[in-house]
Amino acid sequence: MNGYVGTATSRVDGRAKVTGAAKYAGEFAADGLLHGFVVTATIPRGRITRLDASGALKVKGVVDVLTHAHRHPLADKDEAWKDEVAPEKGSPFRPLYDDSIKFNDQPIALVVAEDWETAKFAATLLDVAYQEEPFATDLEAERGSATEVQKPHEPRGDAAAALAGAAIRHEADYLVPTEHHNPMELYATTAVWEVDRLTVYDKTQGVQNVQKFLCSVFGKTPDEIRVISPYVGGAFGSGLRPQYQVVLATLAALQLKRSVRIVLTRHQMYGLGYRPETIEHVGLGARPDGTLDAVVHEAIAVTSRYEEFSRNDTGWAEQLYKSANSRYSHQLVRLDVATPCDMRAPGAASGVWALECAMDELANALKLDPVELRLKCYSDRDQSEDLPYTSKQLRACYRQAAAAFGWSNRNPAPRSMRDGKELVGWGMATGIWEALQMPVAARIVLTANGHAEVSSAASDIGTGTYTIVAQVAADALGLPMDNITVKLADSSLPQAPVEGGSWMAASSAHAVLAAAEDIRQELARLAVAMAGSPLAGTDPADVILSEGMIAVGSDKSRSVSIADAMRSGSLERIEKEKLNHFAEDKSHARNTHSAVFAEVKIDEELGVIRVTRVVNAVAAGRILNTKTGRSQVMGSVVWGIGMALHEEAVMDHRFGRIMNANIAEYHIPVNADIHDIDVIFVDEQDEHINKLGIKGLGEIGIVGVPAAIANAVYHATGRRVRRFPITLDKLLS
Amino acid sequence: MINFQYSCASDVTEAIGLLAAHSGAKLIAGGTNLIDLMKESVEKPTRLIDISRLPLRQIEETGDGGLHIGALVPNSDLAYHPLIEERYPLLASAILAGASAQLRNMASVGGNLMQRTRCAYFYDTATPCNKRTPGSGCSAVDGLNRNHAILGTSAFCIATNPSDMSVALAALDAVVHIAGPSGERTMGMREFHRLPGDTPHVDTNLERSEIITAIELPPRGFAGNYSYLKIRDRVSYAFAIVSVAAALEFDGHAIRKARLALGGVAHKPWCSVEAEAALQGQPATTDHFARAADLLLQGARTYAHNGFKVELARRAVMRTLTQAANASPQSQAHKKIA
Ligand SMILES: Cc1cc2nc3c(=O)[nH]c(=O)nc-3n(C[C@H](O)[C@H](O)[C@H](O)COP(=O)(O)OP(=O)(O)OC[C@H]3O[C@@H](n4cnc5c(N)ncnc54)[C@H](O)[C@@H]3O)c2cc1C
Ligand code: SF4
Repeated sequence: MNGYVGTATSRVDGRAKVTGAAKYAGEFAADGLLHGFVVTATIPRGRITRLDASGALKVKGVVDVLTHAHRHPLADKDEAWKDEVAPEKGSPFRPLYDDSIKFNDQPIALVVAEDWETAKFAATLLDVAYQEEPFATDLEAERGSATEVQKPHEPRGDAAAALAGAAIRHEADYLVPTEHHNPMELYATTAVWEVDRLTVYDKTQGVQNVQKFLCSVFGKTPDEIRVISPYVGGAFGSGLRPQYQVVLATLAALQLKRSVRIVLTRHQMYGLGYRPETIEHVGLGARPDGTLDAVVHEAIAVTSRYEEFSRNDTGWAEQLYKSANSRYSHQLVRLDVATPCDMRAPGAASGVWALECAMDELANALKLDPVELRLKCYSDRDQSEDLPYTSKQLRACYRQAAAAFGWSNRNPAPRSMRDGKELVGWGMATGIWEALQMPVAARIVLTANGHAEVSSAASDIGTGTYTIVAQVAADALGLPMDNITVKLADSSLPQAPVEGGSWMAASSAHAVLAAAEDIRQELARLAVAMAGSPLAGTDPADVILSEGMIAVGSDKSRSVSIADAMRSGSLERIEKEKLNHFAEDKSHARNTHSAVFAEVKIDEELGVIRVTRVVNAVAAGRILNTKTGRSQVMGSVVWGIGMALHEEAVMDHRFGRIMNANIAEYHIPVNADIHDIDVIFVDEQDEHINKLGIKGLGEIGIVGVPAAIANAVYHATGRRVRRFPITLDKLLS
Repeated sequence: MINFQYSCASDVTEAIGLLAAHSGAKLIAGGTNLIDLMKESVEKPTRLIDISRLPLRQIEETGDGGLHIGALVPNSDLAYHPLIEERYPLLASAILAGASAQLRNMASVGGNLMQRTRCAYFYDTATPCNKRTPGSGCSAVDGLNRNHAILGTSAFCIATNPSDMSVALAALDAVVHIAGPSGERTMGMREFHRLPGDTPHVDTNLERSEIITAIELPPRGFAGNYSYLKIRDRVSYAFAIVSVAAALEFDGHAIRKARLALGGVAHKPWCSVEAEAALQGQPATTDHFARAADLLLQGARTYAHNGFKVELARRAVMRTLTQAANASPQSQAHKKIA
């Protein structure tokens, strides 16, 4: 293959997005469309004792008010509510199911009206009373109630003893606050009703997951519910599980036999999933030369009372740093809040922050350069399974990022570098993420005019799936990209899982490759069999597709056009669908890696922090598209800056309510907070992982960034802030 | 959101008449604050009186060398007006430190003066708040109060006034022109906003049926030595934790006139005649700046999460005075504090 893969190719959907032609879930129209406005609870726990909608129902234009006491039937078994991504343990939340309140801002009613404003107005007229029950929302106060959950990393050796006996020991708690995804697009669903079926336009990362879920919740068959989500204005994990608005829109459509649209408000978005507040406890024990003898990482994270959500926060050291002894534990504290969910690099963004900050603290204690310490402890094998990596160019990441950053000019002493009134700090950290891949199917329809339509139910959540699918298909079919049309995110298209975990690039690319191979075989067969074919007698395995021709190697004289070959077989179109499975291979660990170097400048008197430079060197196998790939990593770095300096959902535990549930007060970086970001893709040939050597880029870019910034803040100020976000008051007090 | 009546006033008298006739009515100018509050059911006017078409969009010179600014001049137009840039750059700078370009395009001078606090409890009708619902209690006093006031607070309310423009106007000793059922009157900027006391639901000394028609700037503009410094949790598009407007006039090396106002620390722009007097006649030295800062912050009282504000404000005052004295004002376009 040659051509598009690996190049800086512009997004095929770029024009549609910037011109507004791209339609999002809340923008689809339907005859007689009704609008639903969600009413949410104002207490965190209790029962609804009164829910009187009579005032709302009197408003002209209001069609109905759906409540737990007035609704179409919903499934009652937990199993029916478990989507593909639901936590194994627990009883998923069911909107409008009964009178119980499980978390603040839980939906309790849906006002449906002829227009949105009327629905919103009528919603203010509901008369609601509760019987409140004692509740808890404060992780630190409830820390004592934490219980252990099973995680894959077995202890090695005796970490507690090794830590206690270590010459140099560092132990500390690091705190990650609750963080919300805040995608630009609000969660929305338009459920278009017809007598015998529903078409559901939904903001989701997985249309087939939503389809299966709705079918089981509403007792429907797949041909009765179709889910479509052509464009997604950001999701970052929040759209992996079906959100409550898709249930409510479907419910209302079935109940009222009309089409219904629901768009959540920004405030309501804070009643969905989030990155759970987590206390990360890390203990490191080392010899004076920097050899690690003990690694202990314990995470204590929030989950809801009704589901056990947890990710892999701990255990990353198992892959990064050699240590004879290690112990990892993950504990959960159940609170009266909604269930957390995945958020960009779930587990790693939080856990690796703590680990990498602790490594920095250890390097200081050892008087070793932080890069040197990491190289000293570098692990060429994943210690938990004692496996080699399919590829691991992390050393090159350190080397290239350090060189680009100018790390060798760093004065290691804290507070030693300044620029006018500002203290300058240089910090670094390692990033790691998994290189996962999943079964995905793709269909290719090739027409005699040399055009191909490639389709799959896979989503493009803004990551660039449309573009890479077109690139891979164009190369595999030997056609210009302009001749490729890509259709995605429709549940009626070939099978795909949710888009998440950074697995979609590798998974969808290989599905396309597999389907294209079937097309090639068919064309080869036709071309070789054609009367008087210049390819006569050629082994079809030697036939390639190139520049619109079916050919043998690069020999132009021995080629046949696609059109001629198809005509010879009286074919107008060739259609091939293939479900690609990756061969099971437990002989290697699969990860992406990065080295992040950050510079901060901090006004010494005022504590104002600026992240003036970030260099992020990423080793993630073959980069399919250096343009969209670079954007992925740059966006991740911006988010990492926000995680370190800005993001925090602040809850008042007296009310169990988030008090900054809007994007004026929940801060993320603005343009003025962003300075130089340098992304380096480190060359990494991976012959084991998959045919194309792809690993995925969606998440690796954020991991390590927050720690690099926190470490730079320490280097600048001599102050170690172990509680995100690092706001100026934490440097002044 | 609630249902409301709408009228569009064609002149000031009509607007006042409508206000007087409808007790639940509110004026609407740019709508950037009022509409948000209506969406949250914090403000529930029964009638909106649209004043955006009133002829209050002029910026004119007054007889004594000052400027008369109509209440409907958009914040952006004011900040970029040549006479403001030239003679009152402190005001231009403070306006540009606030909100975003889009909001400043919509926001009016009158609306900016009247914008309400950003206290999170005020915005959330599920929590008690004396300002929103008198007598319901103040959730912030014993709650989340990192960004609340440290000066002039009461047991009833510790909210801050969020306006940046008002801080500069207080420093410049601007005058508010008001029209009401009983005629016109003026009020000094420093008297315009109130302390919360036991009536935190009343933000200003404007009477219910009155309307702001203009702001008048006195001739003294401090164009040579001024600075507006806003400290916040991100570099742009965030409300002040602390902001400082400083304006100096020199007589040789001695300060002839000094003006200081603080934002983000009280229910109104915070000024102290003593602090200003302490600078007058003195050289621009760190010691004198420190003394002024201490006087300005005298009586500060902190709550569970905002203790850092006192020292931050003190340092910010000293930095801003230094910038003003050095004629190197803080730029609102730079991504950095000078
Ligand atoms: C996301 C966001 C961020 C912001 N950040 C900042 C910031 O950093 N700094 C800052 O200073 N501001 C900030 N603002 C607030 C902004 O400056 C105000 O919303 C704006 O100035 C209000 O002007 P308006 O004309 O839109 O007022 P409106 O919303 O129309 O009215 C506000 C109030 O003023 C009253 N009113 C309007 N005109 C008159 C008049 N002539 N006489 C009497 N009463 C009148 C109205 O009745 C209403 O009660 C921000 C706003 C938002 C939404
Ligand atoms: S500080 Fe004022 S605005 Fe805030 S809760 Fe208390 S009374 Fe309400």
